[in-house]
Amino acid sequence: MFSGFMVNAWIVASLAAVVGGAVGFFVVMRGASFVAHAIPNGSFAGAAGAALVGASTLAGLGVFSVGGALGIGLLGRRSRRDVATALTLVFMLGLGALFLSFSAENSEAAYSLLFGEVLGISSNEIGPTLVLSALGLLMLGLLWRPLLLDSVLPGRAPGRRTLAIELAFLLLVAITTTMTVPVVGTTLIFTLMIAPAASARALTARPGLALLLSAAIALMTVWGAIALSYTTNWPVGFFVGSLGACAYALSRVAHWSSGG
Amino acid sequence: MQALLHAIVEPGFFADGAVQIAATLGGVVAVVAGLIGVFTVIRSQAFAGHALSDIGSAGGSSAYLAGVAPLWGFVGISVLAAAAMEQIGVQRARGRDVATGIVLGVGFALASLFLYLGMTYHNSSGEIPTILFGSVFTLSAANLPLVIGLGAVALLTTLTLYRPLLLASVSPELAAARGVHVRVVGAAYLFALAITVALCDLTIGAILSTALLVGPAAAALRLTDRPHRAALLAAGISLACTWLGLLLAWDSFYWPPLRHGWPVSFFIVTLVLAAYLAAGALARGQTKRG
Amino acid sequence: MELAQPPTAPLSDGGAATTDRVLQLAGVTVDLGGRRILDDVSFSLRAGELTGLIGSNGAGKTTLLRVILGLLAPTRGAVTVAGPDPRHSVGYVPQKFMLDPDLPVRARDLVALGIDGHHLGVARPSRERRERVTRMLDAVGAGRFADTRVGRLSGGEQQRVLIAHALISHPRLLLLDEPLANLDLRSAREAVDLLARIAREQRIAVMISAHEMNALLPVMDRVVYLAEGRAACGPADEVVRADVLSRLYGHRVEVIRAGERVLVVAGEGDDAEPSHPHHHDSEER
Ligand SMILES: Nc1ncnc2c1ncn2[C@@H]1O[C@H](COP(=O)(O)OP(=O)(O)OP(=O)(O)O)[C@@H](O)[C@H]1O
Ligand SMILES: [Mg+2]
Repeated sequence: MFSGFMVNAWIVASLAAVVGGAVGFFVVMRGASFVAHAIPNGSFAGAAGAALVGASTLAGLGVFSVGGALGIGLLGRRSRRDVATALTLVFMLGLGALFLSFSAENSEAAYSLLFGEVLGISSNEIGPTLVLSALGLLMLGLLWRPLLLDSVLPGRAPGRRTLAIELAFLLLVAITTTMTVPVVGTTLIFTLMIAPAASARALTARPGLALLLSAAIALMTVWGAIALSYTTNWPVGFFVGSLGACAYALSRVAHWSSGG
Repeated sequence: MQALLHAIVEPGFFADGAVQIAATLGGVVAVVAGLIGVFTVIRSQAFAGHALSDIGSAGGSSAYLAGVAPLWGFVGISVLAAAAMEQIGVQRARGRDVATGIVLGVGFALASLFLYLGMTYHNSSGEIPTILFGSVFTLSAANLPLVIGLGAVALLTTLTLYRPLLLASVSPELAAARGVHVRVVGAAYLFALAITVALCDLTIGAILSTALLVGPAAAALRLTDRPHRAALLAAGISLACTWLGLLLAWDSFYWPPLRHGWPVSFFIVTLVLAAYLAAGALARGQTKRG
Repeated sequence: MELAQPPTAPLSDGGAATTDRVLQLAGVTVDLGGRRILDDVSFSLRAGELTGLIGSNGAGKTTLLRVILGLLAPTRGAVTVAGPDPRHSVGYVPQKFMLDPDLPVRARDLVALGIDGHHLGVARPSRERRERVTRMLDAVGAGRFADTRVGRLSGGEQQRVLIAHALISHPRLLLLDEPLANLDLRSAREAVDLLARIAREQRIAVMISAHEMNALLPVMDRVVYLAEGRAACGPADEVVRADVLSRLYGHRVEVIRAGERVLVVAGEGDDAEPSHPHHHDSEER
């Protein structure tokens, strides 16, 4: 389980979990679950497009997740955010369908993109993942206070500043997406961003602690999922999804029993 | 003139049996989605609608695994998921967001497992793109009565609830003061939404399901300030996008690079987005002039 | 007057016939989250009168209105609304009202929903219906923005539309929760005059909640004063008195009259917490 190429999987997955859990804290604070679902899901098109032109999957994912983030941010300025998110998402998925129809992509490959394929992670993905996670954590550190303020009291800052904060947040989700897709697949990244953060929020009222807790729960979820997937051969995404839901259910029980 | 017309509408478009079925089914579904979608947008339930459609894909894949007709899988799981969302907490806006996300996550987890098992034991990977992306051109006429029947149920539910639902969407408190059972009305609407989404999933795929539910309605809401006009306009936009999309897809059989046709969903989604952006520009132009 | 605690000083009842009673509360007690919010509240409202429901933040005004509306069941006590169809003879204008600016509902649509918003199915449009809505909007001075989306109206404008929404179904009782909170002095004055006129002309019992009674003093027939969960009810000059309010609060308060205005402040020589919530009137300037 820890030999050879599995080492790559453990490293990449752990980094992805820490960043995903931390970013997820803001996803839940801002009520942005739909965004956290739409950017990874839509970035599927990027991978399909990359396969079509022969570029690297990571580059395709990166371009499309950043593009999706910008689309949601800019479209959302003038309309309801959930509508902007939905339309950006379906447009990216439509592109994905187009790319898929052009390429002779088989559905096994599509499947591993959608639901993750730990065994497919190679050592040359470690470098980009390291860079991206460093970038993500740096951004989180720099933007901690403005993001927190804007999440608690939305729309207090002047218009342009609010847009900048929103875009920075969307970019964080895009970064997380790009580095996490190879591990858990596009469909279940958002569980990694929502479930641990929602659990953490039920357990503590202190924002800093909630963020750390969220990252820790995400890490445990991913480790558990990889170990289980390795032994059963079932998809990683399945375990990420179910472990995440379990963590959330447990935290709710703890919350109730502590009288909250 | 004749030549131009032929270039736009490839000969044989209206005569082809598959096209006729696709146009009828797609048309019915588009109208239902457009009408129902107005309330989805007003109530800020776009995420719920999309999540239901994605979860429907889990239902579709599990039905496939169990050897049941996919439609019942789609409908059953969507209604179940709607009930779960209602239970976890749709009352508070933020709680609803997380509740929807968690339910969707579980749905996806199951979908991934069922698809995996399907691939392993049935060796049937060809189903995945169909389940995820749907395909109007592969439907048979036998589906028509069922699709129309379920669409009618969804429409009737929404139409029956029209006034209390509108009032509850404006202000739950105001509605409750008038004796409207806000939660019952909300749950009934979620039920209609689940049926609609399941229908869309099966006939046009999960992508288009969200596109037709949200896009035309949001476009219509920018153009008119009357609720019933918005609903009719949304149905019209939705129908126009669907039929135009079908036409373009038919034309694209002769387009590069592969000359085997571009996917319908790509065309419809692009048209929906264009309609939404155009509606925004139009509305802004109106306010500037008016 | 009806006083929650055993009244020590008998106060006049105004002498109205009991048939005019639109609403009667008898011994209403409400516990929420393990706390007693309302304690044995009794009073009645009569047709054609404007009543102020006065109390500081958290005194239980909204809670009391929710009980009257039937949205909240009292722990003990009874609420009786006169008339054949109690539920639909009460109009209500809620306190918090946040609307989406792009909600496709015009002022006139919202008022039309006041006629039959609780009925199933779609309304049949008719000339009569349209004119009835227009007349109602004009009556509350909202005719100008009849065709504007409600979410785009200002707070004060929305309030008028909501009053029209509540009035169009001919209620016998109209409840307004803090309708003056978002209004400037002049608009508040206008709104109060409008409501008083509505009460007189249409023989409706109107109840307005407020944390500040001065805007209501000129038109208020009666006052229901809430403090410490208990209520005192009667004409303003009989309730807003040092002895009555001191008994209500459970410690000494003073009522200071400055010209037209009334101030309720903590009494001198009283060692009970000086920052007690009943100094509410003092900063309203
Ligand atoms: N659902 C609830 N559960 C527990 N306590 C509640 C609930 N609703 C209200 N309360 C409490 O009841 C008290 C009275 O609340 P209410 O909203 O009636 O006050 P109010 O007089 O309307 O105040 P304001 O002037 O601020 O509107 C408050 O202390 C509030 O915290
Ligand atoms: Mg209140």
